[in-house]
Amino acid sequence: MLEEHAKVVQFVSLAGQVTGRKKLQKMVYIAKKMQFPFHEKYHFHIYGPYSEELTLRVEELCTMGFLTEQMEDKGSYVQYCYEVTDKGIDFSKALCEEQQNLNEVVHILNSKSARFLELVSTLLYFGELSREEQIEKVHVVKGKLNFTEQEIKDAFELIDMLSTFKVN
Amino acid sequence: MSYATKKLAEEKVFKDPVHRYIHVRDQVIWDLIGTKEFQRLRRIKQLGTTYLVFHGAEHSRFSHSLGVYEIVRRMVDDVFKGRPEWDEGERLVVLCAALLHDLGHGPFSHAFEHVFDLDHEAFTRAIIKGDTEVNEVLTRVAPDFPQKVSDVIAKTYVNKQVVSMISSQIDADRMDYLQRDAYFTGVSYGHFDMERILRVMRPQEDQVVIKSSGMHAVEDYIMSRYQMYWQVYFHPVSRSAEVILTKILHRAKELSKENYQFLQEPTPFIAFFNNQIELEDYISLDESILLTYFQMWTKEKDPILSDLSRRFINRKLFKYIEFDPANEYQKLRDLEDLFIQVGINPKYYLVHDSISDLPYDFYRPGEEEERVPIQLLMPNGEIKELSRCSQIVDAISGKRRSDHKLYFPEDALLQNGKQKTLRKQILNVLRG
Repeated sequence: MLEEHAKVVQFVSLAGQVTGRKKLQKMVYIAKKMQFPFHEKYHFHIYGPYSEELTLRVEELCTMGFLTEQMEDKGSYVQYCYEVTDKGIDFSKALCEEQQNLNEVVHILNSKSARFLELVSTLLYFGELSREEQIEKVHVVKGKLNFTEQEIKDAFELIDMLSTFKVN
Repeated sequence: MSYATKKLAEEKVFKDPVHRYIHVRDQVIWDLIGTKEFQRLRRIKQLGTTYLVFHGAEHSRFSHSLGVYEIVRRMVDDVFKGRPEWDEGERLVVLCAALLHDLGHGPFSHAFEHVFDLDHEAFTRAIIKGDTEVNEVLTRVAPDFPQKVSDVIAKTYVNKQVVSMISSQIDADRMDYLQRDAYFTGVSYGHFDMERILRVMRPQEDQVVIKSSGMHAVEDYIMSRYQMYWQVYFHPVSRSAEVILTKILHRAKELSKENYQFLQEPTPFIAFFNNQIELEDYISLDESILLTYFQMWTKEKDPILSDLSRRFINRKLFKYIEFDPANEYQKLRDLEDLFIQVGINPKYYLVHDSISDLPYDFYRPGEEEERVPIQLLMPNGEIKELSRCSQIVDAISGKRRSDHKLYFPEDALLQNGKQKTLRKQILNVLRG
């Protein structure tokens, strides 16, 4: 069980820094959908696939001193920024193995915006449907976000590209 | 009269210890209850291994599902009906979703899901949309009706008010399981005034709100939930049973991969061991099958599988100690080495288990929180978030609580014989 905690620490460590709880949620979800061995349970919530288990785990890891959470005041809202501590690096090295290609995938995902990752993860959530049906679903459940055709096209391209990475 | 609106000639009632009676008038609901997929829920316990601690907790997901249906029925028929914010056209979809919301739970739900990396909600949707008796009933309502019911359960349904009745921080699911689990475990927590909460619920555009006069009943509900989690659901001894159950399944899966010759071929598990699960395999499995195999596995030649199975069947559970991962993760590695030295496989006999819960979460504007807070409807029509009005709820809002334990077979370490000194050393390390 502690390995699952260590994998999250390793994930944040590879990213260097993750800005935003939503972003971290979606990054882990997308990596999981790409068959990387994350076992947090996800369900559909306001911002797309969301894992209560991951939220609780991240908070615990901060309490344990393996991750740091910095709050940034953005005026009308606050944003959280996550980094790994030295203690966290020791912890993840002691408990989990290196994952082939995870580093590349994490960097690609971390370079994208939370809004875009929300779109990608929502499309993946409806992955059993045809592309047309996936797009229709996105418009129903994410109507207020007005995703453009270009964004949807880019999202599918990213999914196709990520799918080429092999997982050990 | 269409099938969707067809009523039974006479109302059917189920006697229920929590709600007294569960009332069924709709032909669709009656037909769904009669399907084999719904009847299977009689053979899945609501609280998994908790019956090994609270012996009364033998109740099933069948009775819980009926209970959730009954609560939603009371909401729509007794409270919401006739209100302009409630669309009567949503009645059947929400009743069906309430009844079927747990349809995909496997045997010993969470442990089983964990070992085979499954998601019961995905199976619920698959049963609703697949080649099943449930799907046949729902399709008779309308071809797109199974999809609608599935969307409500997946929380992707277009009408969020309907979703919130079954899945929110104060929903029919929680209101039933808290009361039902309290009743069957025999504990005195878990009780709250549901009749009062139902009377003060009001449908609004995207959710259901509570009239502020019902705030104290809601406070009681939240405190009940808090108590139930820490006193019943996270009980350390039932967690020990769940740890062993998980390890039995892991061991059987590993042995199968190594082409081990089981005394009795584990046919119902093969699809799960090979990760090639068809819906039919999933529906065929229930807790009686698992327990039968555990009983048979007590006679297996593999010492780990037989020992773990005996422990589960005879309730010879692992002991536990408190564990602080922040400062003791290295100790875990050291203990694993010591276990290997005395010939006990730490993969199966030294288990870290953690649980965590957030009793209630409030909404912080702009933050990426996903829980919809409980909203109070003030006398002037204003909407206020619960923790802003209730001091009790405010005190526990956003406060997560975690617990980590290390489980191990104390009896095996206390045995006389080989390496007695080293075994004693392990016990000393464990006991700090």
